[in-house]
Amino acid sequence: MLVEFALHHAWLVPLLPALAFLIIVFLARPWPKLSAFISVGGMATACFFATLAAYGVFTNHQYTEHPLVYAARWLTLGLPGMPELQINVGVQLDPTSAMMLFMVSFIATFIQLYSVGYMKGDPGFSVFFSYLSLFAASMLLLVISSNLLQMFIAWELVGLCSYLLIGFYSHKISAREAAKKAFVTCRVADFGLLLGILGLVITFGTLDLVELSERVANFREYTTFGTMTLLAILVFIGPIAKSGQFPLHVWLPDAMEGPTPVSALIHAATMVVAGVYLVGRMLFLFHEVPVAMDLVAITGAFTALFAATIAITQREIKRILAYSTVSQLGYMMLALGVGSLTAGMFHMWTHAFFKALMFLGAGSVLHALHHKADVWEMGGLVKKMPITSWTFVIGGLAIAGIPPFAGFWSKDEILVVTLNGGHYILYAMAAFTAFLTAFYMWRLIFLAFYGEEKPENHPHESPWTMCVPLIVLAAGAMTVGLLGTPWNNIWAEWIFFGEAHHSGEIAWGAMISSAVIAVAGIYLAYTLYLKDKEKVKVKALAERYKSLYNLSFNKYYIDEMYLWFNHTMVDGSAKLFYLFDIYVVDGIVNGLGGFGKLSGEGLRVLQTGRLQNYALVFFLGVLAIAVLMVFAGPSTASLVLGGVM
Amino acid sequence: MLTISLTHYVVLSAILFSIGLFGVLSKKNAISVLICIELMLNAVNINLIAFSKYITPNEFIGQIFAIFVITVAAAEVGVGLAIIIAIYRNKLSVNLDEFDWLKW
Repeated sequence: MLVEFALHHAWLVPLLPALAFLIIVFLARPWPKLSAFISVGGMATACFFATLAAYGVFTNHQYTEHPLVYAARWLTLGLPGMPELQINVGVQLDPTSAMMLFMVSFIATFIQLYSVGYMKGDPGFSVFFSYLSLFAASMLLLVISSNLLQMFIAWELVGLCSYLLIGFYSHKISAREAAKKAFVTCRVADFGLLLGILGLVITFGTLDLVELSERVANFREYTTFGTMTLLAILVFIGPIAKSGQFPLHVWLPDAMEGPTPVSALIHAATMVVAGVYLVGRMLFLFHEVPVAMDLVAITGAFTALFAATIAITQREIKRILAYSTVSQLGYMMLALGVGSLTAGMFHMWTHAFFKALMFLGAGSVLHALHHKADVWEMGGLVKKMPITSWTFVIGGLAIAGIPPFAGFWSKDEILVVTLNGGHYILYAMAAFTAFLTAFYMWRLIFLAFYGEEKPENHPHESPWTMCVPLIVLAAGAMTVGLLGTPWNNIWAEWIFFGEAHHSGEIAWGAMISSAVIAVAGIYLAYTLYLKDKEKVKVKALAERYKSLYNLSFNKYYIDEMYLWFNHTMVDGSAKLFYLFDIYVVDGIVNGLGGFGKLSGEGLRVLQTGRLQNYALVFFLGVLAIAVLMVFAGPSTASLVLGGVM
Repeated sequence: MLTISLTHYVVLSAILFSIGLFGVLSKKNAISVLICIELMLNAVNINLIAFSKYITPNEFIGQIFAIFVITVAAAEVGVGLAIIIAIYRNKLSVNLDEFDWLKW
């Protein structure tokens, strides 16, 4: 009964946080506690409905075949000579969106709860909660969209909210810059996505996802293979920036300038997963174009490896986590690129739990250490902050891929599908990334939570509003992976593209090797950062491979390259255009004006102001006309007199 | 016996007109210019009446026109003289060469 209601009113889920946003902005802002209550309450109610809707979808197998779609007509666009374009707003519920609906609202609820403790006393407390609500609402709208235009609107809203939240500490220059960077980077890529969407509308004449997938499957009736390739690549440009794929990942690490709950929200539940989700939703498009699939897979694998090599040398706790997010998003893209919606979405699902957990843990640490972010200056936190530390360790085990924690199952799934698809190089890259992931994450854990306590730090455990989300998410990070174990793969029966794949036999080789890889990474981190108290070996290594170390520590100078490009190319060409404008465009305009002025100067001498001169000219004129009339005949005369005579 | 024909009138009118025109263009005294304009108008009147008499003797269009011209000329002289007096009060001069302040 209630489930049926939730299923057919799923639009309530984004609506409730959106209402919370409006109420806070217009009414409740002066009362921080009321604002927080409205925000968390709205989110929790939305989560309740989302859970019911997800339950409804997952207990009813018909929805895996035919998504539940209900929509309202929004616009009808008609141009003469073209078929009418009808644009709906609506809800599309299938296992993928139901999973996302639950995941996003669940994580957002706990992040909001956590923010109550984290943001206590902040002057922008109410505003912060209104932004969080809007952020969640936009993401939920994106998730349930049945239509590409609706999705794009939500996509841009998500971008806007990330801008507002990253730049929340607007008194800090770095925060403002990071917000701008995030917004501009995403805008650049969104242009590609917008072109892709426009191309799809023009080619297939519909924005509706279900209709579009049917028409794309028979795309030869509509268009050529070349156009399809172009469209797929254009659509992929949007997710490249949104999901922090190389080379547009640069905004994501800087996004940690925002308050930590925002980082958690951006990195786990909203924003970055939007890109992966879009690729997943549009997989029917990519599926038709092998080139685009390869592009997605290669971008993903490269990004995963690339970001992992940066993460191993970073010092700031949130920066390490940010690069690990980039790396994990690469994994998801890789999974989608090799054609497995199951594995990609599964990793997104598990990643949301452990990454939200780790960011919130990092926030708890920063809260305790008064925003001292360098992991080398932490140490021994486990004694003073047991809850934060142990939950963080669980997150570390999950992301490193230690069975039976969540990350192991999803990462293993990705490695298996990559291997089964015959992509051996990509598999090697992914496996090596898994090793690096375990290494850098446990480097962070050993440095920050174990080892010797630093006497200048006075850490303390965080309040319950912050600890409860940590514990809940830790429980999630331990268990959510069990949905997709090879023995009982419920996940693959729900979320798949094309045919549900039942591998049947269990890929023991891949499973054992990925576990071994994870343990090896952790062991290496242990020997380098915990056993070796003075960190002699690490320093020696950094000294020995100084150029590599610098390359990694400076993030491969990608930011510098962009800056250089901006300063030389963009500013240079701007200067060139400026000069062109000043000398050529303005020159023409000023020249015309100057000509008028000069000719006026010259001609005014003729005006003597003397009556008799004018009379003389007048007389001569009449004389001339008379002469003409006499000597040239009447036809010319009529010409002279303007046809009067 | 010398009869007076249309040509004589026209020649007389042309001479009178030319004298008037010359005066308008060359005289420096504004009053003289006004007088010369009167000469030109009268030349026109002679023309009108002569043509009327010789070409359409049964109609009086030319004569009526001449009367109109005389009326208009009277009005014109009245206005012209008033302007000249007004200028004279300001400039203490009726020399047209000095009346160039309309330029630029």
